[in-house]
Amino acid sequence: MVDSNAKRTYLIAAIFLVVAVMYLIRLFTLQVVDTSYKLSATNNVVRRIVNYPARGLVYDRKGTLLVYNQAAYDVLVTPRELQPFDTLNFCNITGVTKEELKEQLQKAKDYSYFKPSVIIKQLSAQRYAILQEQLYKFSGFFVQTRTLREYPQKIASHVLGYVGEVNQQMIKKDPYYETGDYAGITGLEKSYEKELRGKKGVNYLMVDVHNRIKGSFQNGRYDTTAVIGENVVTSLDADLQRYGEKLMQGKAGSIVAIEPSTGEVLTLVSSPTYDPNLLVGRDRGEHYLALARDTLNPLFNRALMAQYPPGSTFKMVNALIGLQEGVLTPYTRYACHYGYTVGNYHMGCHHDTVFTLSGSIAESCNAYYAQEFRSILENPKYPDVRQAYDTWRKYVMSFGFGRTLGTDFPNELKGFVPSSNFYEKYVFKGSRWRALPIISLAIGQGELGITPLQLANYAATLANRGYYYIPHIVKKIQNENIPTRFTERHYTDIDTTQFPKIIEGMEEVLKPGGTAAMSRIPGITMCGKTGTAQNPHGADHSVFMAFAPADHPKIAISVYVENGVWGARYAAPIASLMIEKYLTDSISSGRKWLEKRMMEANLLEPKKPKKKAPAETETTVSSTTNKTPERDTVPPKEIAVKRDSLVIQEDTIN
Amino acid sequence: MGWLNIYAAVYNEDHQSIMDMTQRYGKQLIWILMASFIAITVLIIDSKFYVAFAYVFYAVVIVLLVAVLFFGKEVNGARAWFEIGGFALQPAELGKFVTNLAVAKYISQYNFKMHRFKSLAVLGMLIGIPALLIIAQNDTGSALVYAVFILVFYREGLSGMFLFWGFAAAVLFVLTLIWNEVRLVGFLIFASILAYGIVRQKMKEVVKIVVIFAAILGVVYLFSHMVRPGWSTAMILYVATGISIFIFIIYGIRKRIQPVFWVVLFFVSSLALSRSVSFVYEDVLVAHQRDRIDEVLGIRSDPLGVGYNVNQSKIAIGSGGVTGKGFLKGTQTKFNFVPEQSTDFIFCTVGEEWGFLGTSTVIILFMILLIRLLFLAERQRSRFSRVYGYGVAGILFFHFAINIGMTIGLVPVIGIPLPFFSYGGSSLWSFTFLLFIFLRLDASRMEILR
Ligand SMILES: [Zn+2]
Repeated sequence: MVDSNAKRTYLIAAIFLVVAVMYLIRLFTLQVVDTSYKLSATNNVVRRIVNYPARGLVYDRKGTLLVYNQAAYDVLVTPRELQPFDTLNFCNITGVTKEELKEQLQKAKDYSYFKPSVIIKQLSAQRYAILQEQLYKFSGFFVQTRTLREYPQKIASHVLGYVGEVNQQMIKKDPYYETGDYAGITGLEKSYEKELRGKKGVNYLMVDVHNRIKGSFQNGRYDTTAVIGENVVTSLDADLQRYGEKLMQGKAGSIVAIEPSTGEVLTLVSSPTYDPNLLVGRDRGEHYLALARDTLNPLFNRALMAQYPPGSTFKMVNALIGLQEGVLTPYTRYACHYGYTVGNYHMGCHHDTVFTLSGSIAESCNAYYAQEFRSILENPKYPDVRQAYDTWRKYVMSFGFGRTLGTDFPNELKGFVPSSNFYEKYVFKGSRWRALPIISLAIGQGELGITPLQLANYAATLANRGYYYIPHIVKKIQNENIPTRFTERHYTDIDTTQFPKIIEGMEEVLKPGGTAAMSRIPGITMCGKTGTAQNPHGADHSVFMAFAPADHPKIAISVYVENGVWGARYAAPIASLMIEKYLTDSISSGRKWLEKRMMEANLLEPKKPKKKAPAETETTVSSTTNKTPERDTVPPKEIAVKRDSLVIQEDTIN
Repeated sequence: MGWLNIYAAVYNEDHQSIMDMTQRYGKQLIWILMASFIAITVLIIDSKFYVAFAYVFYAVVIVLLVAVLFFGKEVNGARAWFEIGGFALQPAELGKFVTNLAVAKYISQYNFKMHRFKSLAVLGMLIGIPALLIIAQNDTGSALVYAVFILVFYREGLSGMFLFWGFAAAVLFVLTLIWNEVRLVGFLIFASILAYGIVRQKMKEVVKIVVIFAAILGVVYLFSHMVRPGWSTAMILYVATGISIFIFIIYGIRKRIQPVFWVVLFFVSSLALSRSVSFVYEDVLVAHQRDRIDEVLGIRSDPLGVGYNVNQSKIAIGSGGVTGKGFLKGTQTKFNFVPEQSTDFIFCTVGEEWGFLGTSTVIILFMILLIRLLFLAERQRSRFSRVYGYGVAGILFFHFAINIGMTIGLVPVIGIPLPFFSYGGSSLWSFTFLLFIFLRLDASRMEILR
């Protein structure tokens, strides 16, 4: 079957041949004519040397250096280039044992014959100098310089975080990283990783069989230069931070101090803490394990992640909501007869008098707030208690409770403000909503979970009379502006005009007759509020929040001391010392004894050996779900609500 | 031979065991064994079977191509693989030989006429459906393979004009990208006048046209200079050309010269095509596709970014010299300077370890295979076998040209494998099917298959 198109075969074949000839010509020029692509005829190899830039430095707000870098030297080996060498000499120079060397070499071979792997990490400068001189004897080995973090102040480990080797997940997420790279794992090092890390550079070098560098490959065509990381100025005050860590010695808990006019975090202490230098260098893994195994959980950042009930510090929130909703005025009076009793429900207190608003704050009267909270929930404005509760919750959340604030700390937790669904499911279960079963919210107990950071932000909000800036740790980045979200005011749902009405009461807390009168600082008007956080696992936690000076506040603070029992016993004195230190840079002689007592107090040993697990929402939920519905049936005396106001007498007696 | 090269590309002294399943060359060996099994099976089955079931195979693979969009595993941004017990199966690879079978079956129908609208439409659909489905998998490279069927159609009677215009369009495409507008329009005017001159064979007339055009251009230039100073050079050129074309058409009508209209049509359609190319290029192509084309055309050079693969690959091939560094001695490929070296950039390993001798041998062997396939196809008595044979040659050629072209920097980076060399079971199987079905058809070439 012959057809007229048969000749077209030749055209098609010609097309094939033209392409083939073009390719042959191209290959001939590439491989034979053009010498620029050729490596020299000997067994030269190209070695890829990564230049790790120094990470950015970190300063405190006054310019004190918090983090810098020291040089470290990693020894690498490319198994394929290995030649017999004097192992004894090598071990002497580098200080590793023969067994270690053998094991590491085997690991390197297992990984790859052609790609280099690190066999000795972080060699000292002295050993490096000797090795460098004799490196020609050790074919296949080479040294890569990198930097390690150093923390001259030995403070703020939880804020600064640490740097560690990247894992596979991080490499997958960001192709910038390669195995063996370092990156910020927690804290500031993590939040500002992109700014701090700079940019790696790569040099391709020609190396001959004697391990000598013959020059750069292709005149450095493929080399890239490393860019040093940006420096970061934090808002921390190193002196105050150090002082706070000293005060918290021997105690578990936290201190968070914020500058209310900017939201800058001045101090963030989580105790027990550790020396940040422990998580650097060759022994890092060992130290990390030891810290992780410690029952006091020093790696756990309590300031951001512990969620305690706020206790009586929460009373001002309820007061403000009452004022805003019109069910409370500064002159509203409620009586206290050693507590608040309805039917067989009883909430304990220790007054036998009638209070107005400021007195109720100053003396922290539980009965006052039980009645005030009922008036919020039973407000006739709302068809039922549940809707009143939803409104209440919305106000509470506007203070930054029950949600993340959006700070620049990684691992910030939300805390817990129960939704009405939660109570419906665990408490009311279809029955009519009443105020009584959830009345412990009036005094900040029950199901509430609030982090120390949120409490400090709340103190800053009160200091500003109604708004806050998102707390943040960064003050300045070398070449960039700080994120704009840190420079915007965030208002609560309460009118700013309501705030002055509660401030007076907070001032009285530190005046004679107030719950924390002992913590008064001569010459400084300070506003504060004591609190006690119920702890089902042991002694209650001591809580205090404050700001000062009263008129133009420069510092807002929250202090939690675990198992410190009453707010006035530990948290309030510690807060007052922090404020005095920050505002006057010293402690007045009349208060030296207090400082000494706080520093020496040790609450860690005699208490229960098994510490409370990091307050997780789930445990809170399960423990309260069983308890809450039973409240009505439990004999009144057993519901012992903590009594802040007795503390003064007690402490002065001591 | 292909297998030895994959072995070299991933060779590592720790994994001495060739049969190690976790290593690529170990897997590839299994693929090869299975491919041999496929080859034998293909040869045993009666050739009528392939003719009879051509459409069925085609339908099955189309279903798989649709299914992979929903149930496939995503690798490198392309949802194109089924994973079965550690082996990845890529239906797009199977698409090639089944489409070839279906096209062969359709063309070999009694009464088939290439230039009927229906024929062209059906053929267009046969190759268009799998191509579009593969594009939907985000694997544009594999879809481009189907363009090669134009060679097959050409052999079966498609007008040479299609081939010519296809080629002209490709040239225009490249020129649009590397030249600016003024230069391109200038070139088109020049080409149009030249074409007119060749057709008319009248020197005087051409000179007249040139002079008139130059005069109009001058007037428009002066006009724009004095009245509308904002006009760009391109604008001036367009206005002058528009006026000239108008005059030219009137001239053509008056004197009844037909070529005038053809030349004007050529000019206008070329210009329109070029404009739409730049539109497609800027607005339709994805950034990385654009970057790869730019890199090859030398519009932008970025040896550490987009051009990285190609540059590293050129270095690896270039470093091989005349004789190469010897089997398993390549340093560039060992250091993983060249990414994807055991799949798409396998030719680097050949270039580095075997030198120019190796690369030219590979190219010559490929040519011998391809030309031989063409002549084998031509000697078939049945049209089915012949069409199929051309399809095989065309598909292999396309892979060969694109894959090697990209490693030596002559073609944009399109991720398609080099037949019988690249790692990957699906592609090896697909080429085995492709080739051995043809060998089976060839064995019964004296029969008329329908
Ligand atoms: Zn009371």
